[in-house]
Amino acid sequence: MSATIEKLSDVVIKFAGDSGDGMQLTGGQFTNAAALYGNDLATFPDFPAEIRAPQGTIPGVSGFQLHFSSNEIYTPGDNCDVLVAMNAAALKSNLKNLKKGGIIIVDTNGYDGKNLRLANYPDGVNPLEDGSLDGYKVYKIDVTKLTREALADMAGLGMKEKDRSKNMFVLGFLYWMYNRNIDFTVNFLTEKFGKKPEILESNIRVLKAGYNYGDTTETFMTRYEVPKAKVEAGTYRSIMGNQAVAMGFVAASQKSGLPLFLASYPITPASDILHDLSKYKNFGVRTMQCEDEIASICAAIGAAYGGNLAITTSSGPGIALKGEAIGLAVMMELPLVVVNIQRGGPSTGLPTKTEQADLLQALYGRNGECPMVVISTSTPSDCFEVTIEACRIALQHMVPVMLLSDGYIANGAEPWKFPKASDIAPIEVKFKTKLDEGETKFLPYKRDEKLARPWVTPGTPGLMHRLGGLEKQHETGNVSYDPENHEFMIKMRAAKVEKVADYMPLQKIEVGAEKGKILVLGWGSTYGSIKSTVLDLIEEGYSISHAHVRYMNPLPKNLGEVLKNFEHVIMPEINSGQFIKVVRDKYLVDAKGYNKTQGTPISKTELKEFIKQNYSK
Amino acid sequence: MSEVTTAPLAAKDFANDQDIRWCPGCGDYSILKQVQTVLPQVGATLENTVFVSGIGCSSRFPYYMNTYGLHTIHGRATAIASGLKSARPDLNVWIISGDGDSMSIGAGHTIHLFRRNVDVKMLVFNNQIYGLTKGQYSPTSEENKVTKSSPMGSIDHPFNPAALALGSDCSFVSRSMDRDPKHLQEVLKRANAHRGTAFVEIYQNCNIFNDGAFEIFTEKSSKKLQTLFVEHGKPLVFGDNNEFGIKLDGFKPTIVNLTEGASVADLWVHDETDLIKASILVRMFDNPSMEGHMPRPFGVFYVNNRPTYEAMMHNQIATAMAKPGDLDKLIAGKETWTVN
Repeated sequence: MSATIEKLSDVVIKFAGDSGDGMQLTGGQFTNAAALYGNDLATFPDFPAEIRAPQGTIPGVSGFQLHFSSNEIYTPGDNCDVLVAMNAAALKSNLKNLKKGGIIIVDTNGYDGKNLRLANYPDGVNPLEDGSLDGYKVYKIDVTKLTREALADMAGLGMKEKDRSKNMFVLGFLYWMYNRNIDFTVNFLTEKFGKKPEILESNIRVLKAGYNYGDTTETFMTRYEVPKAKVEAGTYRSIMGNQAVAMGFVAASQKSGLPLFLASYPITPASDILHDLSKYKNFGVRTMQCEDEIASICAAIGAAYGGNLAITTSSGPGIALKGEAIGLAVMMELPLVVVNIQRGGPSTGLPTKTEQADLLQALYGRNGECPMVVISTSTPSDCFEVTIEACRIALQHMVPVMLLSDGYIANGAEPWKFPKASDIAPIEVKFKTKLDEGETKFLPYKRDEKLARPWVTPGTPGLMHRLGGLEKQHETGNVSYDPENHEFMIKMRAAKVEKVADYMPLQKIEVGAEKGKILVLGWGSTYGSIKSTVLDLIEEGYSISHAHVRYMNPLPKNLGEVLKNFEHVIMPEINSGQFIKVVRDKYLVDAKGYNKTQGTPISKTELKEFIKQNYSK
Repeated sequence: MSEVTTAPLAAKDFANDQDIRWCPGCGDYSILKQVQTVLPQVGATLENTVFVSGIGCSSRFPYYMNTYGLHTIHGRATAIASGLKSARPDLNVWIISGDGDSMSIGAGHTIHLFRRNVDVKMLVFNNQIYGLTKGQYSPTSEENKVTKSSPMGSIDHPFNPAALALGSDCSFVSRSMDRDPKHLQEVLKRANAHRGTAFVEIYQNCNIFNDGAFEIFTEKSSKKLQTLFVEHGKPLVFGDNNEFGIKLDGFKPTIVNLTEGASVADLWVHDETDLIKASILVRMFDNPSMEGHMPRPFGVFYVNNRPTYEAMMHNQIATAMAKPGDLDKLIAGKETWTVN
């Protein structure tokens, strides 16, 4: 008797297990298989800060949420339809986010006395047996036993090694349940373990065993089908935010004709950019892993002075350390991109969790009057374009630029209709190599129409000059303590940043009318939640629009006009209200914040509820 | 300043029109002069030479050179110069630093510069005091030093910069002084010729806040007895008429009197390539006021021609570039799908 197939348009699966259970890999595999199949998707990995937190405990639970759909989607989903809970702790910490009547898949081996105790269940209580899960469809599978049985004749593998492929059983079972082909993962495993034939064989065997288990065990009567999404025609790939940032830098390097120079210090959640760029040496990329955060921005400043496209990547705590050197780059007016993949703070805070709480640091977190261009990214695929834009601004305006992303964007994945290299606009860069006609003396701080000073790199005969952190005299760049000159230069550095607004697009409305009752104004990773909330509310008859700001400093020239077209402005942020301070200060708008600081994204459900409770149609 | 430089250059070509703002009598003047003298002699050009400094009296140096220059932030010249040289191996990069800049706030970068072996020349003007902030004890000040911030005497134990450099596997370790122009010029030439990080500790007199700190090594009356000028392949001798020598008793250096029966043949012969002996040499760092102390060594202590950081970086890139990357392939990644 074969299982019936039920069509679904939208599924959210949460893979949860011990941080050693391989849930990130399992989720990633299912994601890529779904992407290749043609679903739209969004993911949200959620892992502990410790590499291996105490096994079996709630802090040790690692999760990966995948939302895949036959429609266009913008978020990884609020609540899940399916919860894979490899142990009791995974069940306990994720059950609250499972929809009523949802499916729970458990490895019964993870619910023995020890695991129940570690998950803080009271003595004698087992959620699998006490009826507390009666409202859900629970699939109890002894994954550990079945995995071991599938590998019984592989004498070369120890018990630990065998157990390590448990996640493949679950993945195989899910492939069966959602009617997916296992080939993608077979290819992946072959590439990954090609040189370790025993490991390769065991993983493939267990993957197939999981698939066949669904196929042959008559307990499972329903399979699900999530058809391809009807998305814009074109060629797609799956992309994560940090990958896109790294590729954006390579593209900017190629399009500007300048070697890319990354100096960085490892920090969660930014390190993947360093890893990726270190692999791209075949693009001439220079990477330097420095001794600390300060050295990394300083090395980048040296490389910028030398004429490279210089960048440094970090997260909030690292940006704090780089503050003084960013000031030096502002003073020396050198092009530089500083990437901040924000995480929960303050101090070490929540390294693996997301937050948008470094905006004010980016805007104001340096000594003296020290304005810099700040640009933000809103989705994983958006990172590519924003990174190129950050480089363009830095190189053409001779300014340091801060690029803000966050942990949610960095590690989240979505399909990306990627551009052709030939469609990416070139970045024109001017080096000054000699005196212009009529010039008798080189003036390092003489400005062009963008208020940018000339970029002269060492090695250029006749244009030797000295730069430094002491206040500069207008045009000559000589050290100057003149009071009026200092004030003039402070205003000049601010005007120079403000001038960038002349060379960037105006603020657009993302969805909804140009004029109306409510504007939801966001920036950064709240993009998907806001967009899907606003789309829903428009459908429900609300007069509501969504605008999402990319350019945080300078702000788009028309932003004030955009705000005036609405009666109410709501600003959701994953902080206690940072952008709202800027907007209220600059535009005197009575904006209302919706704020959350739990290290997690703002969900569509909560935002929608907030708007519906406080505003009428 | 606008004309293209043409060889041969003279010392004055490396000077510019900026007023020099060091205190009159400061040891920095001599160092500036020796650098300006040496650069044309070694064939340096104005456009390919860059001086990078941090913060402190010495760090004003780049402003007085008619080359490229960066006067940066406290302690970070080493990191900035490392980035610059890695990005531009064609440049001749010099770091100018002081004992506070390089051994205190910037010590964390200094040791990493040494271990990486970036091909830069690092001159540390050691005056054993904070000058620009007007006289606090520095990381090279001697114990018990009374300063504005140590009225009862400093309880900090000082760094031995040459030993620190050697301990961090710096590939060129040397010491000279502001008051011996000839020696300083020779050491600077050696540093310039070295491929790798060349560390030159320069004893520099701060006549305002720490006058005479190195008098015992620099004044004619005591210099010959208190200093040991080492040269590769030559025995270690010192004294008014080179009547004293140093011989190694196991790992222990001992002073012998050549006029009282000791033979030159028994003396320690300086070998710049010998790390163990260099380690003993840089540890000859005792208190000159103590009875039976060792003379203070000057010269090039250690040279090791290991590959430079930037050369290895660019070698790796060249290897990878044998198969240049394709941007379209990079963007597309391994798995794509097409929606019609």
